[in-house]
Amino acid sequence: MQVEITVDGNPMQLTKGETLLSELRSSGVDVPGLCYNGKVSPTGCCRLCCIKDTKTDKVEMACTLTVCEGMDIQVFTPEIEGYRKETLQLILSEHHHDCMTCEAAGSCDLEDLAYRYGIDSSSEVYPPAYTASPVHETQVLVFDPRKCIKCYRCVKACDELQEKHVLDMVERSNEIRVWAGYNGIWKESSCDGCGECIQACPVGALYEKEAVRKGRTWELTSTDTVCEYCGVGCLIQVYIKNNHIVKVKGKDGPANEGRLCVKGRFGHQYLEINRLTSPLIKMNGTFVEVTWDEAIHHVADTFSRMLTTYGPHVLGGLSSARCTNEENYLFQKFVRVLFHNNNVDHCARLCHASTVAGLTRAFGSGAMTNSIAELADSDCIFVMGSNTTETHPVIATFIRNAVRKGAALIVADPRAIDLASSAHVHLQLKNGTDVAVLNGIMNYIYTQGLHSQDFIETRTEGFSDFINVVGEYTPERVEDITGVSSEKIQEAALLFGQAEKASIVFSMGITQHITGTDNVLSLANLALLTGNVGRPSTGVNPLRGQGNVQGACDVGALSSVYPGYQPVTSPEAREQFETAWGVALSDNPGLTVVEMINKAALGEIKGMYIVGENPMVSDPNTNHVERALKNLEFLVVQDIFMTETALLADVVLPSQAALEKEGTFTNTERRIQPGRRVVEPPPNTKTDWQIIGSIAGKMGYPMEYGTVWDILREINQVTPIYRGITPERVTEGLQWPCPSEDHPGTPYLHRGTFSRGMGLFSPVDFVPPAECPDEEYPFVLSTGRILFHYHTGTMSRKVEALDSFVHEGYVEISSQDADILNINQDDFVEVTTRRGRITVRAKISDRVAPQSVFIPFHFSEAPANRLTNDALDPEAKIPELKVCACAIRKVDVITLQKEGEE
Amino acid sequence: MNEQIVLNNVGSYETPASVREYTGKGGYEALKECLTRDPESVIREVEDSKLRGRGGAGFPTGTKWRYAASRKDTAYVVANADEGEPGAFKDRLIMEGDPHKLIEGIAIAGYAVGASHGFIYVRGEYSHCLNLLDEACADARKHHFLGNKIAGSDFCFDIKVRAGAGSYVCGEETALISSLEGKRGNPRIRPPYPTSRGLFGKPTVVNNVETLATIPAIIAGGSKWFSSVGTPQSTGTKLFPVSGAVRRPGCYELPMGTSLETLILTHAGGIKKGKTLKAVLVGGAAAGTFLGKENLSVPLSFEHLNQVNAQLGSGVVVVLDCDTNILDILVGIMEFFMRESCGLCAPCRVGIVQIHRLLSGMATGTIEPEDGIDRILSLARVMNKTCLCPLGQSVVMPLQSGLNLEVV
Ligand SMILES: Cc1cc2nc3c(=O)[nH]c(=O)nc-3n(C[C@H](O)[C@H](O)[C@H](O)COP(=O)(O)O)c2cc1C
Ligand code: SF4
Ligand code: SF4
Ligand code: SF4
Ligand code: FES
Repeated sequence: MQVEITVDGNPMQLTKGETLLSELRSSGVDVPGLCYNGKVSPTGCCRLCCIKDTKTDKVEMACTLTVCEGMDIQVFTPEIEGYRKETLQLILSEHHHDCMTCEAAGSCDLEDLAYRYGIDSSSEVYPPAYTASPVHETQVLVFDPRKCIKCYRCVKACDELQEKHVLDMVERSNEIRVWAGYNGIWKESSCDGCGECIQACPVGALYEKEAVRKGRTWELTSTDTVCEYCGVGCLIQVYIKNNHIVKVKGKDGPANEGRLCVKGRFGHQYLEINRLTSPLIKMNGTFVEVTWDEAIHHVADTFSRMLTTYGPHVLGGLSSARCTNEENYLFQKFVRVLFHNNNVDHCARLCHASTVAGLTRAFGSGAMTNSIAELADSDCIFVMGSNTTETHPVIATFIRNAVRKGAALIVADPRAIDLASSAHVHLQLKNGTDVAVLNGIMNYIYTQGLHSQDFIETRTEGFSDFINVVGEYTPERVEDITGVSSEKIQEAALLFGQAEKASIVFSMGITQHITGTDNVLSLANLALLTGNVGRPSTGVNPLRGQGNVQGACDVGALSSVYPGYQPVTSPEAREQFETAWGVALSDNPGLTVVEMINKAALGEIKGMYIVGENPMVSDPNTNHVERALKNLEFLVVQDIFMTETALLADVVLPSQAALEKEGTFTNTERRIQPGRRVVEPPPNTKTDWQIIGSIAGKMGYPMEYGTVWDILREINQVTPIYRGITPERVTEGLQWPCPSEDHPGTPYLHRGTFSRGMGLFSPVDFVPPAECPDEEYPFVLSTGRILFHYHTGTMSRKVEALDSFVHEGYVEISSQDADILNINQDDFVEVTTRRGRITVRAKISDRVAPQSVFIPFHFSEAPANRLTNDALDPEAKIPELKVCACAIRKVDVITLQKEGEE
Repeated sequence: MNEQIVLNNVGSYETPASVREYTGKGGYEALKECLTRDPESVIREVEDSKLRGRGGAGFPTGTKWRYAASRKDTAYVVANADEGEPGAFKDRLIMEGDPHKLIEGIAIAGYAVGASHGFIYVRGEYSHCLNLLDEACADARKHHFLGNKIAGSDFCFDIKVRAGAGSYVCGEETALISSLEGKRGNPRIRPPYPTSRGLFGKPTVVNNVETLATIPAIIAGGSKWFSSVGTPQSTGTKLFPVSGAVRRPGCYELPMGTSLETLILTHAGGIKKGKTLKAVLVGGAAAGTFLGKENLSVPLSFEHLNQVNAQLGSGVVVVLDCDTNILDILVGIMEFFMRESCGLCAPCRVGIVQIHRLLSGMATGTIEPEDGIDRILSLARVMNKTCLCPLGQSVVMPLQSGLNLEVV
C-alpha cells in the first residue's frame, strides 16, 4: 500500500512496510549507503544512510527502518550530509585506496561516494588506519583485507543467500576482519567457490582471480544469457573484453535470483581451449582437415548411400541436451525426415526417461510440476535421490532458505549428502530400496489418518489397489528391507503428512534404476495420497541435469514422441507432422540410446550421427559402447571438442558452444529462456543448426532458416505446449504449457485437473536391484556427479579453477571398510565389476555407508561407466547406473608401474 | 549507618551459597509471597516502587517487565552480570556475598513475566562468582526454590549460569543476547527491543544484578516503603563503587540523592593524605562524566546528575587528585574503547582509533590542543548521533567534560 511520507519537507508516496532505503532509492532519492544489500537482512553498519526523524529528532538508518504512514524525515540537510561526510572520511581512512590498480575501480561504491562528496587525497583528514594483513587467494577469488570496509555483505551473502556459512567476522574494533572457515585460511575452508561474496562486495576487497589485470571495468562490455551448465537455468551476465570472458556475475533470473554456483561463475574458460576448428575426415586411421563443403558432401553422400543400400533401419542419431531447443528440434526433424525412422534419442534417456514414463502415467505430464522459487514457501521438502547441493547448487540454496524459514526437510539418500546435515530426518536407505521406503512412509501416513481423503475422492483413481499393496509395507517390514529404522520412517511420514504444502524433489538417485519408473510412480503416489499436487509449493519435482535436457525432450529428441510429447504411434500426430514437414513418417517408435548401441554392436545399426554427446564416457558399460561404436560403418560426431567419442568418428564436424550462439533453452522448471551470443565463435566453426541444415539440403531436403528464430516459429506451430512462446516473448521467461500468444505460462501443473484427467495411483511392489552384492563382488557401487564437474568433463575439466578444486577421479569408501582393507587416503585401489575394472585413488569418507562406494563419472581416465550395469528399466529403458556390485582391492604403486610398462 | 537493602546480608554468611543461611534471614519469603499473588500484581508492585535499572540506562524496571509480559509468549529473564565497566565491582559483591538474593530476584521476575528459564550472564573473569552461583543454584534446586513446582506451587523455573568471554560490549543487552545465543557478540538493531524479540526470538527481560537483587526487598517491604527511600524520580538505595584517590575505596550502598560530597568525604573517608581533589569521574567510562569541584554538592540521582550533564550510569565513582592529567586518563579510556568497540559500525570502529590518535598526539605534544580538540569533539558528536549502540554514542561524554576541565 502506498502511503504518504515527508522527505525534506516534500510529500512522497512510498510502499508501506518496505525498507525505507530501497523505497527512497527507487523513487529517485539517492541516499548513500555501503552495507545495504536488499537481498539479505539489513546490517546497518556503515551508518551512511542516516536520516533524521523530524518528530523525534533522532538520527536513524534508512536501511533498518520500514516505511510508515506519516513519517517525516530529513535526508539531505547540511547536518545529515555532514555526518555522512565525516563517516565517509573515517571509512576511507581504513581503506587502502589504490584505485589505480584496483579491479573494482569504475564499479566501486566507495569510490563513487568519495567522488560524490568530493573527498580527494588533499582533503583527507585522517591518517590511514587499516591494518596490514596478508592477501588471501583461493582457486577462484582474491581477498585483500586492506580494502575491506567491514560491511558484512560477503558474510551475509554466504550465510543467507548461499547458506554455506563459511565466513564470519573475527576480532573486535578495527582489528575486525573477514574470516573463512576455522583457521582463517580461505583456501582451506569449506568455501566451494560460488563467488556470491564477490558479487556482494561493494568495493575491491573481493575479486575474481581470473579477472586480475584482464581489463578495467569501463573497457568491458556485458551480455546476459543463460548459464550453459545445469538445468537450473541461472541467468548470467558475462563481461567481455576483446572476445575473452573476463568475469561473470549472476543476473536476477526467475530461477536464480542473482545467485550462481562455481561452474556458472568461473566455468567458461573451456571456450578457448583445444577447440575443433576444422571439419575432419578420417583417412587411413588419421584425421585430415577438409573444407566444410567436402565434409558436408561426404556425410550427406554416405548417409544417402547407406539408406539406398541397407534401407531406413540402419541409421540413428543422438541429439544433445547442450544444444538449443531449435537445434534439437531440427535434429529430430532431420532424423525423422531423412533417416525415415524415429531413431533419435539423447542423454535424457540416461537420466530421466523413467521420470517421463512415471509422471506421464500418473499425472499425464512428465515434467517438474512446480517452480523452483516455490520451494522457498514449502512447509516440508522431501529430497530423495538428489544430491542437490552438488548437482543443482542454486536450487539447494533455496531449499536451505526454506529450512531456515521453518520448513521441515526430509532427505532420503544412501549417502550422507551435504543436505542431510540440514535435514530433520535423514533416511539412509540401502541403494535401490526406494520403493520400500516410500511404501513404508505411505503406510504410516495412511494408518495415522494423515492422507487427504477429499483429494483422493475427487481427483484420483486407482486408490484401492494401491492401498492394498501399501498395506503390506509396515514400517517394521520396511526396516528389514531398507535398513532405515521404523522410527525414522514414521518421523518422516509425520513431517510429510502433517505439512500443509509439501514438495518432493528428486533426481537420478530415483531414476537410474531398473525400477526407475516404479520409483517415480511411488513418489507420485505419495503426492496423490497427501493431496500435494496442483497447488503452489507442492508437487513432484524432478531436477533435470543438463542445461537443456528438458527442452531437448520437449522438442522431440526422443525416440517415441514428436515435439510436444505427441506419440509417434498416434495417427493424428503423425499426420500433423507429415503435413507440416511434407514427407511420410515412420509409425514405429525408434531405438533408444542404449538400444542403438546394442544394435550397433550387433551390426544392425550401421551409421550414427552424434551431436554434442560423449557416450564413450557417459553411457553404462563403456567397453560395450566402445565395441559398438567401432563396429559402425560410418560415425559422424559433431562437437566443440575432440571427445573420446569423436576420436572414434569417421567425420568430425566442429560446432559452436552455447555461449557462442543464439537460441532458447528450457530449464528444469519448464521455463524457456534465451541464450545469446556472448563471444564470437572460433573461426571455421558453424552452429549445430547450420550444419544439420546443410547436410539435410545436400541429402535433398532443404532445411533453410534465416535465423534460429525462424526455427522457433516452426516449433510454435507444431508444438502446442510451446505455441505461445514466440521469438517476441522469449525474454519473458515463460513456463510451458503456454498454448497461445496471450497465455501467461504455467508456474505449476495440474491445477484443478490433471493433464490426464484423474491422478492415477499405481500399486508398486519392491523389486531388488538387478545386481546385488555377493561374495565375489561384496560392495555396492553407485555413481554420480560432483559440484565442480559436469557430465563427461569435456568442458569443466578444461577450466583451471574447476580442475584445481577436483583434479581427478576417486572412489569414496567408508572409514570402516578402508580400515578393513588397509586402505589409506589417496591410495590407489582397483574397483572391479562383472563388466570392467578401473584403478582410482581412494577418498575415505563417511558420506558413504559401509559396504558401499561411490565414484563420480566425469573422469575419462577413471571411467566409472566401465563398471556400471546396463540392465534396463523395462518401461523407460533407463540403465541402472546407481547400483551394481563391485569388488575393491588395494593396489600398490609398484604393481601399477609394472602394469603401465606392460 | 543508613539502612541497607541490597548489601544487608553481605559478609554475614559462613557459606553464601547455602539456602539455609539465606532463609534464616528471611530469604525466599518474597518469592513465596509472589507465588500466592498473580503475576500482574507483582508487576504492579515493581512499577509502583518506581525502581529504575541499575545497569546504566535507568529504565523503569516495572515497565520493562510489563512489555515482556504483554507478549503472552514464553519469556526469558537474563541477569546481566557482565560488569565490564572500569571501576565497577558492585555486582560482584552481591554475587559473592548474597547470591540467593539475586536468584530470588530472578525467580520473581520469571514468575512476573511468564518465563520458565533464566540465565545469569557472568563476566568470564569472575570465576569465583561463576562457581558460587552454580553451587547456589544447585542448592536452591534442592530446596525447591528452582526447578519444578517451586515452593509447592505450579510455577516451574530454572536458571543457567553462563560465562562471558571477555568482551565489554557483551554487557550491552542486545550484544549479550547474541553472545548467549552462541553468536558473535554484536549489538543488534533496535527495534525489535529484547522485551518483544530477544533471546532466541522470545520476549526477554535483561536486568542488572543489582536491579534484580533489589526486588525481594520491594516485595517484602512493599512499594510504598521502597519509594519513600531516595528521591522522587530515583527511589531506593544505590550501590556506589568508589575508587581512586580516596582513603577508603569501596562499595557503598546509600539512598539515592545522597550528595557526591557526602559519598566521598563521609563514606569514602575523604581524599588521600597530601592530595587535593581535581575531579570525579561519575557513571563509569562509557557514559562517564568528569565533574569538577564546583559540582561536588550534586545529589547522586538520575535526575540531578542529568542537570549537570552527567549520568548516574552504573554508579561508578572514580576520584582523581590534582596530580592526575585528565588527558592521560582520556587516552586510557580511549584505549579501552579501542579494544572494546565491537567493530560493527564504522563511526565507532574507526572514529575511536582516530580520536585516540589525536588525543595521544595532544598528550605527547605533537598535536596542538587547538588543532585536536575541535576535531575530536566533532567526531565524538557524529558518533553520538550515528552509532548503533550506546558504546559509541556515549564517548562524547567523558571527552567533552574531560577536555573542558583539563585543556580549556
Ligand atoms: C557498552 C555497554 C556495556 C554495558 N555493560 C553492562 C554491564 O556490564 N552490566 C549491566 O548490567 N548493564 C550493562 N549495560 C547496560 C545494559 O545494556 C542494559 O541496559 C542493562 O543490563 C539493563 O538492566 P537494568 O534495566 O536493570 O539496568 C551496558 C551497556 C552498554 C552500552
Ligand atoms: S570483503 Fe567486501 S563485502 Fe566483505 S566485509 Fe569486506 S568490503 Fe564488505
Ligand atoms: S546452478 Fe546450474 S545453471 Fe546455475 S550457475 Fe550453477 S551450473 Fe549454472
Ligand atoms: S557503537 Fe561501537 S560497540 Fe556499538 S555497535 Fe557500533 S561499533 Fe559496536
Ligand atoms: S546502508 Fe544503512 S547503515 Fe549502511
